[in-house]
Amino acid sequence: MQSIASYITLLGTVLLIGVFYFVISNSKLQEEYSSFSKKWYSFRGKWFIFLIILGTALTLGTLIPFPIPSQAKVYSSDDYQQVDVSGHQWYWTMSTDTVVAGKPVEFRVIGADVNHGFGVYNEDLELVAQVQAMPDYTNKLIHTFDEPGKYRIFCLEYCGLAHHVMMSELKVEAAN
Amino acid sequence: MSTTTVSNKISYSEAENQGALVAVKAHLIAAFLVFLLMMLAGATLRAAQGNMAPIGADVFYQFMTVHGAGMIGIAAIAGMAVLWYFLRQYVPLSTKIFWINFGIFLTGVVIILGSVFLGKYGGAWTFLYPLPGISMGAWSTGAAAAFLLGLLIIGTGFLILLLDFGRAILSSYGSFGRALGLPQLFGKEPLNPYHPATVVAGTMVLIVDFIGIAAGAVVLVMMLVNLYNPEFKPDPLLVKNLIYFFGHVIINVAIYSAVVAIYELLPRYTGRPYKTSKVFYAAWFAIVFMVMSVYPHHLYMDFPMPKWAMIGAQILSYGSGLPVMVVTGYGALMLVYRSGIRWNTSAKLLMLSIFGWAAGGIPAVVDSMVSFNRVLHNTMWVPGHFHFYLLLGVLPMIFGFTFYLLNGANGAQEEKPPLTERLGFYSFVGGALLFVGGFLASGASGIPRRWAVHLEEWVPYAQWSTLGAVLVIVGVLLFTLRVLTVLPKAPDPALAPAH
Ligand SMILES: [Cu+2]
Repeated sequence: MQSIASYITLLGTVLLIGVFYFVISNSKLQEEYSSFSKKWYSFRGKWFIFLIILGTALTLGTLIPFPIPSQAKVYSSDDYQQVDVSGHQWYWTMSTDTVVAGKPVEFRVIGADVNHGFGVYNEDLELVAQVQAMPDYTNKLIHTFDEPGKYRIFCLEYCGLAHHVMMSELKVEAAN
Repeated sequence: MSTTTVSNKISYSEAENQGALVAVKAHLIAAFLVFLLMMLAGATLRAAQGNMAPIGADVFYQFMTVHGAGMIGIAAIAGMAVLWYFLRQYVPLSTKIFWINFGIFLTGVVIILGSVFLGKYGGAWTFLYPLPGISMGAWSTGAAAAFLLGLLIIGTGFLILLLDFGRAILSSYGSFGRALGLPQLFGKEPLNPYHPATVVAGTMVLIVDFIGIAAGAVVLVMMLVNLYNPEFKPDPLLVKNLIYFFGHVIINVAIYSAVVAIYELLPRYTGRPYKTSKVFYAAWFAIVFMVMSVYPHHLYMDFPMPKWAMIGAQILSYGSGLPVMVVTGYGALMLVYRSGIRWNTSAKLLMLSIFGWAAGGIPAVVDSMVSFNRVLHNTMWVPGHFHFYLLLGVLPMIFGFTFYLLNGANGAQEEKPPLTERLGFYSFVGGALLFVGGFLASGASGIPRRWAVHLEEWVPYAQWSTLGAVLVIVGVLLFTLRVLTVLPKAPDPALAPAH
């Protein structure tokens, strides 16, 4: 996911640089505005329609299925492993530090004092899942670990002077 | 009246124009100095993460708080100065009130600096409730209150200035709808291509900023009450909504006010008029609502937010990039194409600002999609995208306007720009691209934002970014030298004959 985001951004930026280079390198020459303005104004309409279609496709493609788990649903302990997580200044408490791979985990996350961010990182330091840990609310994060290993929990919402030392570990064991 | 070919300009006395010019210059000089100082603070943050600046975590978070609050505030006030300079040519604005806002702003700044450097407040400019009141002893309740009060005071100054905008626009156009060009958009009045773009933008800024700052004032008061009366506990999710609504509006308005520099100056440099049209009015009318309704894209990782708010935010975030970009960016490129433009520093900076605004929108739109936000939210990707359009978009708009004042409307077009300007420009652009690229790459690698100390694996990203930041600072330093030595005495270019 992160690398797709990078490629889209890089590609878009390079294309834009191309457009700007084209216009700037064609800027010294003088030509009557009316000689091309009609043509490029009508192209603008097509460009706009293209962007609308692209936006519609992106909306449908990224929102179906909806990427955020239902908060109203009750996740039964038969189908889900449950972990109660609580963020404090400046440490995490978790009801267990071990889960198994392959079966979805329901993290029930709260902020005990201020806002924190519950971020799950794999061994390659890639961010695999996150949710805010906020006071007065329980946020349900559902994640299925595909790979066993030692995962790390970092705080992703600024929560005061020791924000960056708020780390914990989560062991994911292979399913037997 | 709508068939006249020249828009009605307000005539002021010579003394009034001089007074206004001095006020605008004061804003710009202050802006350059503050930008420079805040950039030094920002570079220090990246250097600390790159293990190259030995500062403690407490100082890091104080710098971070000052850098954020300072940049937002100075971008807002400098963007306002650009808008004010042009808007007063169409509607009768009060120079006195412009100064009053500046005075109130500086007062607020002093209070905020006191809260951070004397009171050790380090709760970030986003003052996320209830963090300001729960510092684990790092700062006192008084320090947090001073910070919130400083923001409240600054907001009050802006509200006073915006009231003057409202009075002046109503006195010239009768209603905000007419100022926005709505009767023309809906066919109630004949189309007037000389209806000033600046008036449209100014009216949008007035409406949106007023509502945004008012919401900010509400949340600041709620939090101040909570600090001294902890019995009063507002809903944390509601407070978060208000904070992000206010924060999103105020920084976006900085862009939408500075953008008038493009509408006003590119026509001068290209010799082609920037005509308003139905498409233009429709774009700005849409943006009035979009800027206020997209803010829930900051709250995707707050899962209890209603689903419709998240879906709406994703669609509108994409949509809000379209109108002004299809209109402003595209229109600006058309103005420049085969225009015979001479590339003085002002023209270069304005062109850069269009690029930075458009390109910076790409990572922003990516992050505003829920699926991407799940792995990018609160990583360095976020400062990456907003530094992209602030550093390469908003700043070049403000700088481009400053160099217009500094070099005169046509003055420096005749010759090559001075070496300091050329060096400054390339150092700034190169540094900014490196800096922003460093942020985005960090974010894609999952590096969390707002961490005083980085893991070993992350240190090289911070070091590259620091190099970028240093180049940016060199560029801005060169610009600032020009500004300090030439701007105070520069004559008003509006009085010079147009191209
Ligand atoms: Cu934290």
